[in-house]
Amino acid sequence: MAQATNYVVTPFNWLGKASIALIGELGAIAIFFTQASCLIFSLPLQVSKTVQQVFFIGAKSILIILLVGLFTGMVLGLQGYYTLVKFGSEGVLGAAVALSLIRELGPVMTALMIIARAGSSMAAEIGIMRISEQIDALDTMDINPIRFLVSPRIVASVISFPLLTAIFDVIGIIGGYLSGVVLLGINSGIYLNRIETSVVMQDVSGGFIKSLAFGIIVSTICCYQGYFTHMRPGGFGAKGVSLATTSAVVLSCVLVLIVDYVLTSVLL
Amino acid sequence: MNTPLIELKKVTKRFGTRTILNRLNLTIFEGDITTIIGKSGGGKSVLLKHIIGLLKPDEGEILINGKDLKNMTRNERTLFKRQASYMFQNNALFDSLTVFENIALPLREKTRLREDAIKSQVLAKTDQMELSEVTYKYPSQISGGMQKRVALARALVTEPKIIFFDEPTTGLDPLRKNAVLGMIAHHQKKIGFTAVLVSHDIPDVFFISNRVAIIDDGQIPFQGTPIELEQSENPVVQEFIKGQTNLKDELTGLNTKQDVKDMLIQEMDRVNRLQGSFPVIMFTIDNMEQINKHIGYITAQRIVQCLGTLLKDHFDSTGTSARYSQNEILMVLPHTDLKDAKQVLDELAIDLQKQEIFQAKSYPKACLSFSILAGLAEAGPGMDLDSLIGQALSCQKIIAHVECIKHGERA
Repeated sequence: MAQATNYVVTPFNWLGKASIALIGELGAIAIFFTQASCLIFSLPLQVSKTVQQVFFIGAKSILIILLVGLFTGMVLGLQGYYTLVKFGSEGVLGAAVALSLIRELGPVMTALMIIARAGSSMAAEIGIMRISEQIDALDTMDINPIRFLVSPRIVASVISFPLLTAIFDVIGIIGGYLSGVVLLGINSGIYLNRIETSVVMQDVSGGFIKSLAFGIIVSTICCYQGYFTHMRPGGFGAKGVSLATTSAVVLSCVLVLIVDYVLTSVLL
Repeated sequence: MNTPLIELKKVTKRFGTRTILNRLNLTIFEGDITTIIGKSGGGKSVLLKHIIGLLKPDEGEILINGKDLKNMTRNERTLFKRQASYMFQNNALFDSLTVFENIALPLREKTRLREDAIKSQVLAKTDQMELSEVTYKYPSQISGGMQKRVALARALVTEPKIIFFDEPTTGLDPLRKNAVLGMIAHHQKKIGFTAVLVSHDIPDVFFISNRVAIIDDGQIPFQGTPIELEQSENPVVQEFIKGQTNLKDELTGLNTKQDVKDMLIQEMDRVNRLQGSFPVIMFTIDNMEQINKHIGYITAQRIVQCLGTLLKDHFDSTGTSARYSQNEILMVLPHTDLKDAKQVLDELAIDLQKQEIFQAKSYPKACLSFSILAGLAEAGPGMDLDSLIGQALSCQKIIAHVECIKHGERA
């Protein structure tokens, strides 16, 4: 009887523990973000460090964003054309490509690409600094490690994400143009005109709101995972850093997609 | 007596079930160099991290200028941190910054100095630490010894009032080690900071320390001046001071004096009860000081080592040998009779004389004579330890000898 009760109780036990751990973790991330964002405004402002991070997160990601954006746009053009042509409405291809890019694919794909390129390196860099006592060294020098390491990265992400999203959107629309107009022969004027008539400011601002939210989420999660590498159960040293990096990437990606759904439902 | 700057009162720290610091008390005085010595993994670094505030104690209090660290306001804590600096055991250099940027970081972040003033201060420090050639290299591109000096330069560059050095000389060659210790002492005299040093460099580190604290089993069984340390009869202190001799004895394969004394007392008891007897042999290396002086320390140790090994070979498991003093080895043979002992001793003498280390030709540049003496005594009922040793010493005769006949000509 007791064993039977155990079988019933154990899953609930596990669920309860996991839920408490998740809520605790989210709370800790929220406190971490609040601290880091308050410290952004502490004087003197860390302009040069922020510019360096904008260069690393933003400028150095342009090439990959261009490539991914171009091919996403091209494949959208291609798929969209063959789907729309069945209904004889290939003329709306421009609108389909532009709206899906500006509202959804632009912010989400950009965020996923930056997670892969810069988010993982943020987690790994801060994680290595943690295990080699560099963060403790900052603390002993009375340099606030969160202000020194995390705040510039959050600011840089908030600046870079919308800009990279904008680049992604534009290059994606050009990609759609290449496959739709140049390769498949849709009229160029119709393609561009449909974009102009269908895209409204609300679509653009919605996309930017998403990219701002993603910037904050990605930078906070990645820095948090690196910063608390040493607190991970069962992961020490290099293994701890690798686990932290993996968690940072997985958690950021999942959260980006969840928040994307929530924001879309709010914005629509 | 200086005023206490830092006081640790009944500080306890546990990691899981392991107690690292156990109601530990320590006082650090202003303007002193206080050295903390102790076994590896004994909590020395943990102790330092508690004082700087990187770790918080589970129990007890840490007083800085009489004020508890945990009750300090944010400003007071900031003020303390600005006055302090910490040199980490593994250096904790920022590996994505150059040597120059590493040393400049605390100045750039925490002072309002102009960039050219920072540059001149940093370059002065790199010059002092012989790091000029690697100023613009990254920590991973320079040697471990250099990294240590970069960490030292970074700790000193802000001219702090309190510096915590966590093993500043570990991994350095003997020359650089002395240079670093010298540098710490020199800067301390010049700037007058309070230094807390964790080190294994016994006895070198004692020469620059005003106070020494020994950490053992999470407590401080001794704190005082190096002179007090030397005269202390505390067994833990003795263990540390004689740590080096112990190591040598391990190399020579000999037991410690205490071991053999304990065994002798036990055997004497048995003899008294059973009315039996057993032989002891006292070996003396004559002229040991001269060997140290004219040939060298290593040779003197090798002679002891050679004798120790041969004793083991000849007496096998029947006896126990121990370093009785610097030049004396005592052998106790509880299960042998006098006749057998005599016979083995004769065989040992022949073997000993054949060894290369007892050939005059091994010492072409030094002319001195030395010999190994051995004295056999029998422990019987009613004898005490001193008279037994005295008897063995009084009947010593030469069993091996190296003779220098005259300058340049050897036997």
